[in-house]
Amino acid sequence: MAAEWDSAVRRLLLQAEAEAFLVAEADCLDGRDFEAWLAMLTDDVKIWMPIVRNAESGGPVAETTAENFDANWFDEGIETLRQRVKQLATGVHWAEQPPSRTTRMVSNVRLIDIISRDGAATADDPFGDIAALAVRCRFLTYRNRNEDEQDFFIGKRNDTLCRADGGWRLARREVFLDQSVLLAKNLSIFF
Amino acid sequence: MSLNRDFDALVDADNGVISRELFVDRDLYELELDRVFARSWLLVGHAGRIPAPDDFFVSRMGNDSVILTQSRQGEIMVFLNSCPHRGMRVCRFDQGNAALFTCPYHGWSFSTNRERVEVPGQLIGVPRSEEGYSGQLDRVRWGLKRCPNVVNYKGSIWANWDPDAPPLEDYLGDMRRYLDVALDGRDGSPGGSQLLGGVQKWRIRCNWKTVAENFAGDLYHEVSHQSANLAEIGLAKGKGRRDALPLRHAIGFPGLGHGGLAFPPTTEPPLNLSPDYGDAEINAYYAEIHGRKVQNLAGKAHVNLVVGTIFPNMSFHANQPRSLAIVHPISPTEVEMWRMYLVDRDTPARVQDMLRRYYLRYSGPGGMTEADDMENWTQVTLASQGAIGRRQPFNYQLGLGKEAPVDGLAGGVASGSYSEGNARIFYRRWKDLMAAPGPFEAEGDARHGG
Repeated sequence: MAAEWDSAVRRLLLQAEAEAFLVAEADCLDGRDFEAWLAMLTDDVKIWMPIVRNAESGGPVAETTAENFDANWFDEGIETLRQRVKQLATGVHWAEQPPSRTTRMVSNVRLIDIISRDGAATADDPFGDIAALAVRCRFLTYRNRNEDEQDFFIGKRNDTLCRADGGWRLARREVFLDQSVLLAKNLSIFF
Repeated sequence: MSLNRDFDALVDADNGVISRELFVDRDLYELELDRVFARSWLLVGHAGRIPAPDDFFVSRMGNDSVILTQSRQGEIMVFLNSCPHRGMRVCRFDQGNAALFTCPYHGWSFSTNRERVEVPGQLIGVPRSEEGYSGQLDRVRWGLKRCPNVVNYKGSIWANWDPDAPPLEDYLGDMRRYLDVALDGRDGSPGGSQLLGGVQKWRIRCNWKTVAENFAGDLYHEVSHQSANLAEIGLAKGKGRRDALPLRHAIGFPGLGHGGLAFPPTTEPPLNLSPDYGDAEINAYYAEIHGRKVQNLAGKAHVNLVVGTIFPNMSFHANQPRSLAIVHPISPTEVEMWRMYLVDRDTPARVQDMLRRYYLRYSGPGGMTEADDMENWTQVTLASQGAIGRRQPFNYQLGLGKEAPVDGLAGGVASGSYSEGNARIFYRRWKDLMAAPGPFEAEGDARHGG
């Protein structure tokens, strides 16, 4: 009974850790602290967003474009993400100058999997025995820019958070935006 | 539709002055659908989207939804995606495989299979046919409306509603040679390209001509993309957003309306523009491609192009990145942009992956270059709706009077690197078409029946 209790408590703690990470990340991006956001990513991070099609249910065509193969909305790693941050810092990236106002809501956070590794929980790192967390959530990102331009980006995300240096880092993100025709003129913000 | 407008006053191309009404006016927009889109060759898709019999791809022509399909007999066809009975879309999937399209509303069904019908698109199934129509319904007359002209040009598929349309080759003129740069292989092999899966589709609140013009040869807007250059998003590090290129020229085709940022024909060996990609395998691949290109083009006149527009609404990038775009009109002040990406056939997986990632960080709404274009286009459109703003004409005088014929290019003129000569050519063509009744206007205007 005690072991089950410990396990349940630990799971709750990890759920809270995952939620805290995602909320802190959203705060970072909404606050335009892009360098701090880059520091929350692993060096081999991957963020990709497939394109959605109107496909027949049960038909031959997949509803989303294929990872590593088709054209997507995004498919990038740390190098490109750093380029984006560099572009924002130029001051002449007109899509974000003046900057968009964004509010990122993250909800329905579900801990899907806890991936263990060889190692032990220690006083320094109570999660030292964990390699990564697989987390699923919903996002609602509101963007307002210029005078009357507004976009709602709503969808689902599958995130993998790695344990590194006593903290969490985003290692992989799949973003499923619920639009087949993108109703925003551009995707000049991070997801 | 009858509309008496002074098109010479709206488009004074000789003096490089064009009215903002072209970009905001509802009546002009409605007339364009009849007089420009209903009689122009429009890109509807790519053979790579319909590789097998019965494959279909839903596209648009102007503001109409159309079905592009390869029939079971291997014929490429385009149909209006609207049931003749009450107008419902008979195909509501972006892509798929079917020879039979059944309207969800009243159940009329249509077949493209010549084994089952005499005329592709013919009505094949009618619920309560005997009871309701005494079995007398004319199944050809009430079949899907088929587009009379469809051409597969090196994989790109073009369609034209006008029964009297000129052949596609005449319509393209020598602009075709520039289109070839995108559609041929990097080594110059004819039609050696293929399409990546996935079509990027997005809405922009601007007029379609603003987009078409931007890609027709506006090197002057380089300054828009300074941030992408500074972020060094190109394939070779420290080289801005693209590999280095010699200064290109605005080359356009008066009378046809097409144009691009391009290089005149030459018989010199092609330049090797491939930089060091920092990867031995990829460098070796491009060296081999260039060797083959030198062989394939030896002694032949060849051209090159960075970006161009084929009148009215198709644009393409031929080198870096390499893509086909269609700007569909939605309203006077809204478009739906489509972008599809090309690579060579048989590209090694690593090279293809490098290109795919580059295309996505450069182009489309998420691209670091294209994202800035949309900011310009939407604000240009907003500023042209003000009571005073819309009365201030646009200036298209850059490079005015510098137009000169290009040796070895039928009908082509160059007007310098920084020039709006191609835009002047584009709007002259627009004016010519707008001043003449459209192909369907004489039929008592089917909008009112008959």
